[in-house]
Amino acid sequence: MIEVMDIRKVFNSGRPNEFVAIDRVSLSIEQRKITVLKGPSGSGKTTLLSILGCMARPTSGRILLSGREITSLPEKFLTEIRRTTFGFVFQQFNLIRGITVLENVILPAYPIGESPVVLKKRAMELLSLFNLSQKASSKVEWLSGGEAQRASIARALMNNPEVIIADEPTANLDTRLSRELMEIVGNLKRRGKTVIIASHDPIVYDSPIVDRVVEMRDGKIVAEANGE
Amino acid sequence: MSRLNRQRNIIDFTLSSLLRRKRKNTALVLVYTLVVFGLASVFFSTQALKREACSVLQKSPDIVIQRLVAGRHDLIAESYVNKVKDIRGVQSAQGRLWGYYYDPTVGANYTLMVPDGPFRGEGTIVIGKGVARTLHAQKGDLVPFRTYDGSFISLEVDDMLSAQSELVTADLVLLTENDFRQITGVPRGFLTDVGVTAKNPRELATIAEKIRRLLPDTRPIMKDDILRTYETIFDWRGGVLLVILAGSIFAFVILAWDKASGLSSEERKEIGILKGIGWETSDVIVMKFWEGAVISLSSFLLGCVFAYIHVFFTSSALFEPVLKGWSVLYPQFRLTPSIDPLQIATLFFLTVIPYTVATIIPSWRAATIDPDAVMRL
Repeated sequence: MIEVMDIRKVFNSGRPNEFVAIDRVSLSIEQRKITVLKGPSGSGKTTLLSILGCMARPTSGRILLSGREITSLPEKFLTEIRRTTFGFVFQQFNLIRGITVLENVILPAYPIGESPVVLKKRAMELLSLFNLSQKASSKVEWLSGGEAQRASIARALMNNPEVIIADEPTANLDTRLSRELMEIVGNLKRRGKTVIIASHDPIVYDSPIVDRVVEMRDGKIVAEANGE
Repeated sequence: MSRLNRQRNIIDFTLSSLLRRKRKNTALVLVYTLVVFGLASVFFSTQALKREACSVLQKSPDIVIQRLVAGRHDLIAESYVNKVKDIRGVQSAQGRLWGYYYDPTVGANYTLMVPDGPFRGEGTIVIGKGVARTLHAQKGDLVPFRTYDGSFISLEVDDMLSAQSELVTADLVLLTENDFRQITGVPRGFLTDVGVTAKNPRELATIAEKIRRLLPDTRPIMKDDILRTYETIFDWRGGVLLVILAGSIFAFVILAWDKASGLSSEERKEIGILKGIGWETSDVIVMKFWEGAVISLSSFLLGCVFAYIHVFFTSSALFEPVLKGWSVLYPQFRLTPSIDPLQIATLFFLTVIPYTVATIIPSWRAATIDPDAVMRL
């Protein structure tokens, strides 16, 4: 579904502090599967995740989405693809403080131009899916870590994307909540979503629901393993 | 429909966004309103005063002839009136008697004037509201005047001038010709100046030229010149106020620039999140535009409404001493409410536009960050 070919990502190119985050990586992400990018900090997994999610452009190499070359698309089109194809779950949850859980969930859909009634209905369905209906009108800062993570997943699903991209989703969760999160990820897979996770948490990459683990180090893929 | 919904959704988010920073935004609206209030008050007062003064002046003669001696205004002989009447195109020429009188007991200057046409009996005066207030005088009271030769005469207040014309009649004392001459020492056969009315206002320049030729020791002053002088005086007063306000305006500009242009790290983070979850740069700019517009428009409207109340309902209570003048005799009057659309537009361009632009530029800069920055927040 998503294919990257021989990509490189270089930061501060040509300067003394030049840094190669991704070095000639080729990878193909399968549809409706859970792929985990595993590796220590600085291994390049978050950068690769950004490139896979059309958040960043590679310095060189090609990206194909469902067979369509999207490497050199202008920012406007990339945003459109990002909005409709990908849902993002961030390490710090990245919910916007001061507004309600419901508003946070609706946020990705605001610029699409659907009617507020439709948006609210869809967001409430998602919140009920994650047992957060009661918290819809609460401010996000009042949520517990687990609730905040579930709210951020609900937000990622708001535009009904095909692919969910999660960067270190268990970094701020305890073991119980991390296992709960993996159950949710399993449910997403059953609902036909493709999930790509960057993590160095064994609860994530050792989980039986994971289909493929790609191990990275120093910007390169060093090992690959398929789940049971 | 989808475009409309998009705007509506973004405005909804903007409003809840503004409510989150209640303190900062309330402070901003407060200061902003105050500045618009100050500017609008100056604009409204100056304009309304000018209009008021001009409407009163409309009734004055088309040309006023003054005699000059050594470049200074001097008394004019009564014989000049008939000479002017004989000029073709002149409808009427009327000798006028007026002057100033300083009352040392209250430290105020009055304008003494002999009205056209029949007046009440000798020994009586009609006074403006300002004079009445200063002297605590009422109808029937006797007011003493020191004459030019050092003696005193007392004149009885017969009436007071109406409040409507107070702007230009506050310091006025109307009296008979004899009383006027007795107080001021203007000899019989002489006048202060001559007022001329023309048959055809388009011939005023020609008539003025004829007067200059016939009476070379005089200068004809056209009504338009007087109107211009009035306008200049009120503009000057408005200018003085603007200079006084300049400090606060400048402080506001710095504050607004700082608040509007300096995005907090929290705001930058939010823009990063919005970009990350699929907002385009233009969506963020639209949001920031509405944010700036809501603050500046509400402040603008509030400032204008308060200024309107201040100018037209409290007679510019805060600016009174500068705008109205008249030494110790401040006129008390209500200006006729009127708004000049051009002034509103000027005010709008001076306040709303710069602020809105100031909010958009930094947001645009922040919104052009790569969306992947959110991954590292």
